[in-house]
Amino acid sequence: MDPRRAPRTVSDPKVRQVGFFAPGAAIPDRSQSGPPDHISSLPPTIADLSPSGANSLSPVMIPPPRHASAPLSPLRRDTVPVGSYNASDFMPATSPTAATSSSDDVAWVGRGGRAGAASSSFPGGGFDMPAASSVPASGLTTVSVVNLPPGLSEKAGVAAELQNDRTTHSKPLKEKMTKAERRALQEAQRAAKAAAKAEGGKAPPASSGAVSSANAKSAKAAKPSSQKNDNVTVAASEKKGSDRPPEKDRKKDVPQPRMQYDDKSRVEKAKKRAVVKQTEARNRVELFRHLPQYEHGTQLPDLESKFFQLDPMHPAVYKVGLQYLSGDLCGGNARCIAMLLAFQEVIKDYSTPPEKTLVRDLTAKIGSYVSFLIECRPLSISMGNAIRFLKNRIAKLPLTFSESEAKATLHSDIDRFINEKIILADKVIVKHAVTKIRDGDVLLTYGSSSAVEMILLHAHELGKQFRVVVVDSRPKLEGKLLLRRLVGKGISCTYTHMNAVSYIMHEVTRVFLGASSVLSNGTVYSSVGTACVAMVAHAFHVPVLVCCEAYKFHERVQLDSICSNELGDPDAISKVGGRGEINFLDGCANSENLQLLNLIYDATPSDYVSMIITDYGMVPPTSVPVIVREYGREHLWI
Amino acid sequence: MWWRSASFILDKQQNDTAQTIPDTLTLSSPPLSMADTLQNPNPNNISAYYQTRAAHHGVVTSDWLAQAQAAVGRHPDDVLPPEPEVKVAGKPFSVIHEFNNWRNQPDLAEAVAAIRALAAVIRNSEATTMMELEIELKKASDSLKSWDTTSISLTAGCDLFMRYVTRTSALEYEDFNSAKSRLIERAEKFGEISYKARRIIAMLSQDFIFDGCTILVHGFSRVVLEVLKTAAQNKKLFRVFCTEGRPDRTGLRLSNELAKLDVPVKLLIDSAVAYSMDEVDMVFVGADGVVESGGIINMMGTYQIALVAHSMDKPVYVAAESYKFARLYPLDQKDMAPALRPIDFGVPIPSKVEVETSARDYTPPQYLTLLFTDLGVLTPSVVSDELIQLYL
Repeated sequence: MDPRRAPRTVSDPKVRQVGFFAPGAAIPDRSQSGPPDHISSLPPTIADLSPSGANSLSPVMIPPPRHASAPLSPLRRDTVPVGSYNASDFMPATSPTAATSSSDDVAWVGRGGRAGAASSSFPGGGFDMPAASSVPASGLTTVSVVNLPPGLSEKAGVAAELQNDRTTHSKPLKEKMTKAERRALQEAQRAAKAAAKAEGGKAPPASSGAVSSANAKSAKAAKPSSQKNDNVTVAASEKKGSDRPPEKDRKKDVPQPRMQYDDKSRVEKAKKRAVVKQTEARNRVELFRHLPQYEHGTQLPDLESKFFQLDPMHPAVYKVGLQYLSGDLCGGNARCIAMLLAFQEVIKDYSTPPEKTLVRDLTAKIGSYVSFLIECRPLSISMGNAIRFLKNRIAKLPLTFSESEAKATLHSDIDRFINEKIILADKVIVKHAVTKIRDGDVLLTYGSSSAVEMILLHAHELGKQFRVVVVDSRPKLEGKLLLRRLVGKGISCTYTHMNAVSYIMHEVTRVFLGASSVLSNGTVYSSVGTACVAMVAHAFHVPVLVCCEAYKFHERVQLDSICSNELGDPDAISKVGGRGEINFLDGCANSENLQLLNLIYDATPSDYVSMIITDYGMVPPTSVPVIVREYGREHLWI
Repeated sequence: MWWRSASFILDKQQNDTAQTIPDTLTLSSPPLSMADTLQNPNPNNISAYYQTRAAHHGVVTSDWLAQAQAAVGRHPDDVLPPEPEVKVAGKPFSVIHEFNNWRNQPDLAEAVAAIRALAAVIRNSEATTMMELEIELKKASDSLKSWDTTSISLTAGCDLFMRYVTRTSALEYEDFNSAKSRLIERAEKFGEISYKARRIIAMLSQDFIFDGCTILVHGFSRVVLEVLKTAAQNKKLFRVFCTEGRPDRTGLRLSNELAKLDVPVKLLIDSAVAYSMDEVDMVFVGADGVVESGGIINMMGTYQIALVAHSMDKPVYVAAESYKFARLYPLDQKDMAPALRPIDFGVPIPSKVEVETSARDYTPPQYLTLLFTDLGVLTPSVVSDELIQLYL
């Protein structure tokens, strides 16, 4: 954290200074961003790939009205520091609000874009005067009016030309940008974002439509330089080493931004870029609209057919993605290990393209693979942490390393992560947990957790006398597999479904649960049903032991299981596996009145958890933030 | 952890501790109230820790113990005559021996005794390399720990000592002797800190004792006594309810001590706690060990007092030195190494009747309000943070 934050504060004044005396920097992108602003056809890229955090910071919101006459508050004017909009600010006599609200930004643009843009937009400004006076509140709307008649201002023409230019030769143009120009651009983006954020906080919920459209606009304004193939641009426009731009920092600081799937416009945009073509489910439950939900089984054949066309995708990643999609690979550790091994393959086969650096290009590549994996199935938190680790290792590669050295280092780093953070961690957890099993115990477990299974088997090997109750639930019935393996080893087991948990609980002495993640407030994020089991156990005063490797800990805080979750196949709960003919909801499936909800995860409050067993020992749930704080960085460096 | 100790509170208040401890490590003649100096008194799982406590704090001491054992008739141990040189015959120095010398000072906590004994091990060591010394130290600490497995503070104190002493840059010194003297220095510092801990806790807790309050205490805890003594010296007006503390009646001893200080005391039988709880403003208990969850392991009866206090919304304060922080995590009462002690019922018990002889219970953290330690005043959940920082 600290080493990342420091450069930002240091670079701030520097950036400001640059923006001050190198104003020309803003011209190209300003002139380019003008026209799309009012046409509003520029796709706001989805949050996780766009370099601007403004998108990701926007709250859950109603899809914004897409027409240009959206009501905008006067505050909005300094959110978009592009030249075209500032035209109205040059008419202080006509709009008093403009005169009072001219901010730093405005002054900067005024100095910077003075020669061509300002003078050329003066006629436009005159044009817009009536509009400004009649609708004093709408700074932006008037701007779009200004720019609409394209013949009027030479600037618009130039802009169009420039844009064409950009689309065809976007690369050379970018490379021509000087350091100062890039700085200025970043400054502008940051200001836009900060303003948008501040207003997002300030604006009352009633005007959320306005906010969202403003956000979209500011995002657009901030983005133009990295519109096309984001990753490469991000990589190109950033400087290396200690002097990294703040966007990237912030992206790292902010927890993995999540796409809000009820934001229609953004979903549309995301879909265009998606490799996996998913059909969305129709009847989605109201409360969970922000989560992605697709018709299951539609994507697989499509993807398989595309196997040989997807040349950017590495086959190993592709394979893993398909396994996620089909559900062949599940369980936090298994998914994480599979992903890391796939990335290992990627690194093995990687060679740096000419004129690129390994650090940048590989990070971008991994990023694109990750977004493919996300399309197949949302990442688990453990995978997110592993990816963070890997990207960190890549970023910290010494520049002096040759390509083969770097690849070898990364290869062994991944191996070490798998060994130390997953395999060895599990061994330590087993060692700790076994001490809590006494002769005569009745242990209850829910679903199928690899760590719990290892614990039970190890305790059995040690000759402890105990009985296991496996509680299971539809639709996955993962417990059956666990049951088969336990019985195969000769452990006496009871198998029951969730419905009977309150009956069976009174004879239980310990509850062992696995977890997908443990969050900073001690909340255990685990497969759905875990919270129920833990609650019943708590009511019966049975200790609940959660087994979770420390690399799955996350600094996020979550209070419910709504805001972040995953939706499974809704048909899975209405149908019986293997018996296609049994489907009592056959006729109703398309009814408007029926909404099926198949949640994958739930959040167990820390009150119900007696102990968390990690590779750092047995700790109470209140100590999770300590481990995150003390060892979170270590996860990244090992 | 240690440099974060709240000892500033001592520096602020210049009243020094009255007692000084003999600095020489020559064998000062022990009081020998206990007969079990070198014999492991543990064949029947009877806790040496609790016997020592009984011997030190009980109104009736070893003669009472002998009586009790005769009455129960099932624990015919440890009244053996002392044969001090049996075990250490071939050896010029024995850590157990050293430990017992220290332990027999009633005012010295067992863990501090262990810490001093371990410091003596370093001093008397004939090792010529650091590794050798470390191994020797490890062996000594292991033998101390195995000498009495029921004592939590002994184990924790040994572990902490090893952490504190060996985790230092001293190991990088080139010259072995300077490294060794550095270790000794650290060991003595640690012993000093541990010894001072009680004073620090007493000072820290003064803010919580207000005039006119009624304090319920359970058993005999030297820290709690120190707290109350300091409060009385500070001219606070308060009243103390002492539980009787069956079976070794440690409460009686505490009430005697308090009466000497002119503090108004009332004795309760152990079963009268709930009856008098509504008059009580706060509960003060010591601890044998503070475990990772933030709960405490203490003399039998603490749990039920904490439960009663919790249900009547009275604060429960625990005074415990940080060398009692142990890496244990009991899930319930039975999830601990058993520590048993004989109980005298006054009348013969038929052999068919089972007797619960456990000496201690576990109080979960949700029933505790605050812990007064030499690291400061902590909520129970901070204990685990400290332990993580200490041991990992």
